[in-house]
Amino acid sequence: MNKLTVFGLCIVGFFMVIAIFAPIIAPYNPGQIDIKNILTAPSYSHIFGTDSLGRDLFSRMVYGTRISLMVGFIAVGIASLIGIALGAMAGYYGKWVDVIIMRFIDIMLCFPTFFLILAVIALLEPSIINIMIIIGATSWMGMARLMRAEILSLKERDFIYAERAIGASDLRIIARHLIPNAMAPVLVSVTLGIAGAILVESSLSFLGIGVQPPTPSWGNILSEGKAVMGAGWWMMVFPGLAIFITVLGYNLLGEGIREKLLKS
Amino acid sequence: MNKFILKRIMGLIFLLFGITVVTFIVIHIAPGKPTDLEAQFNPKVSMEARERISHLYGLDKPLAIQYIEWLKRVVRLDFGISFMDSRPVMQKILERIPITLTIELISIVLILLIGIPIGVISAVKEGSFYDKFMTVFVFIGFAAPTFWLSLILMDFIGVRWGLLPISGIKSLEFEKFGFLEKAIDISKHLVLPVLVSAFGGLAGISRYMRSSMLNVLKQDYIRTARAKGLTEKEVLYKHALKNALLPVVTILGLSVPGLIGGSVIFESIFSIPGMGRLFYESVMARDYPVIMGVLVIGAILTLLGNLLADISYAAVDPRIKLE
Repeated sequence: MNKLTVFGLCIVGFFMVIAIFAPIIAPYNPGQIDIKNILTAPSYSHIFGTDSLGRDLFSRMVYGTRISLMVGFIAVGIASLIGIALGAMAGYYGKWVDVIIMRFIDIMLCFPTFFLILAVIALLEPSIINIMIIIGATSWMGMARLMRAEILSLKERDFIYAERAIGASDLRIIARHLIPNAMAPVLVSVTLGIAGAILVESSLSFLGIGVQPPTPSWGNILSEGKAVMGAGWWMMVFPGLAIFITVLGYNLLGEGIREKLLKS
Repeated sequence: MNKFILKRIMGLIFLLFGITVVTFIVIHIAPGKPTDLEAQFNPKVSMEARERISHLYGLDKPLAIQYIEWLKRVVRLDFGISFMDSRPVMQKILERIPITLTIELISIVLILLIGIPIGVISAVKEGSFYDKFMTVFVFIGFAAPTFWLSLILMDFIGVRWGLLPISGIKSLEFEKFGFLEKAIDISKHLVLPVLVSAFGGLAGISRYMRSSMLNVLKQDYIRTARAKGLTEKEVLYKHALKNALLPVVTILGLSVPGLIGGSVIFESIFSIPGMGRLFYESVMARDYPVIMGVLVIGAILTLLGNLLADISYAAVDPRIKLE
């Protein structure tokens, strides 16, 4: 493995550990308000400083890791389900099924994704679940195209003809043979997709239409940081760094997997 | 040729139709009705009043009828009247488009001017320190969130050092300025937004340029060019570069929706009165006619971008026959 890939893997693992063990790692309750210590700079007792309500920034960011990763994973999970299912159907059945699905993808790709997401959020309450669904429902198109291309080349292979000859159903051929064999390139797009979803979630939360306070997320902490610009650099620097490093980690990992696949 | 253009136009009409259907469905299928918000914060609004509002906007008719009525107006580019200030939606959008397009165009030019050389040199010096350094730089560019970058630039360059203005596109005393001062004032206001908008795209283009160039350098005709004794410079910049540039045209077309989508973020941070900010404001106010209008116009701009890319690709690459 290439050094950059290992580095990416380390970053991804590091933040996973933080998310899983958040209650143990966080030194304070992330919601605990302390009006005597408003906007204090990083120190031994508050290593990342405190926010405008005196809450410990480090603890809020540790819990924010959970939210950001969860949104990333589940949103991409939803996108993969839609993308893989539609892509496999288009590739396997061909003809009008393919035409309808591919035309639909063409239409979806015309919209600036961020516009589409914002439009839906305008209608729904910006809860964490809604955000995951919306991000998932607007980011599956690339995966569907990849899946379709893979299936198109796989379905003419001998083992699929053999499967058909022994009377396997379409569903069995698609679910047991075609999809597992086509997963490799999709995996790259899943990894990169997690990075993308984390970025979108933090942008939404930053704009105030994503994860709502008091639930901490990297994006909404940054938004609070913007409000105190000039008075608390730590509120802007740390959450931004966390988003940046996490996204970097998933991107490096995704590129690493892609290169590995190209070589083999 | 004619057949190709006809097919292209048919495809465009289909996509335009699809865009309106998706826009309409997104707005009307989701729970929560436009009338809710006018009534929501005002408990005095009775059921009767809500029905009257529904009737006023035609929301009590079957969806299919509503769609057809809406489509009839959209075809004439009439998106109705904004809930917020009762002005025609199209007029509001048209006011905002020039500033957004200006910023996007300047950033695209900037992306090309910087991204292409970065990518080409990386490819030519594959594996060198420069190449590795640029690879790292590209990953950083991909990962840095636009809004974070904007904030940091605003804080340091704008607030702390006071070098550049951080909000809007003109100063308060703009009207008193002469022509040259006006131009300088606007450019100063645009520096940070353009930088931020270009930064993300830069990584993509330079990466793409690198792999395209590497791909071309492996081709037989490059070996032929070297074999017949051309200088390395001629091989690289006359034969390889021209061919490697072709796919970049497509990527530019594909990056239009991303750039337009990204405008929401930096326009709201820098308070730039463009389309992105209009969209953000109407989302916050749940101004449905404007939301639908901007969605459709944003998608049409994307379509135009792709069409332009296709046409220029066909124009510069003689291998692509218009069939």
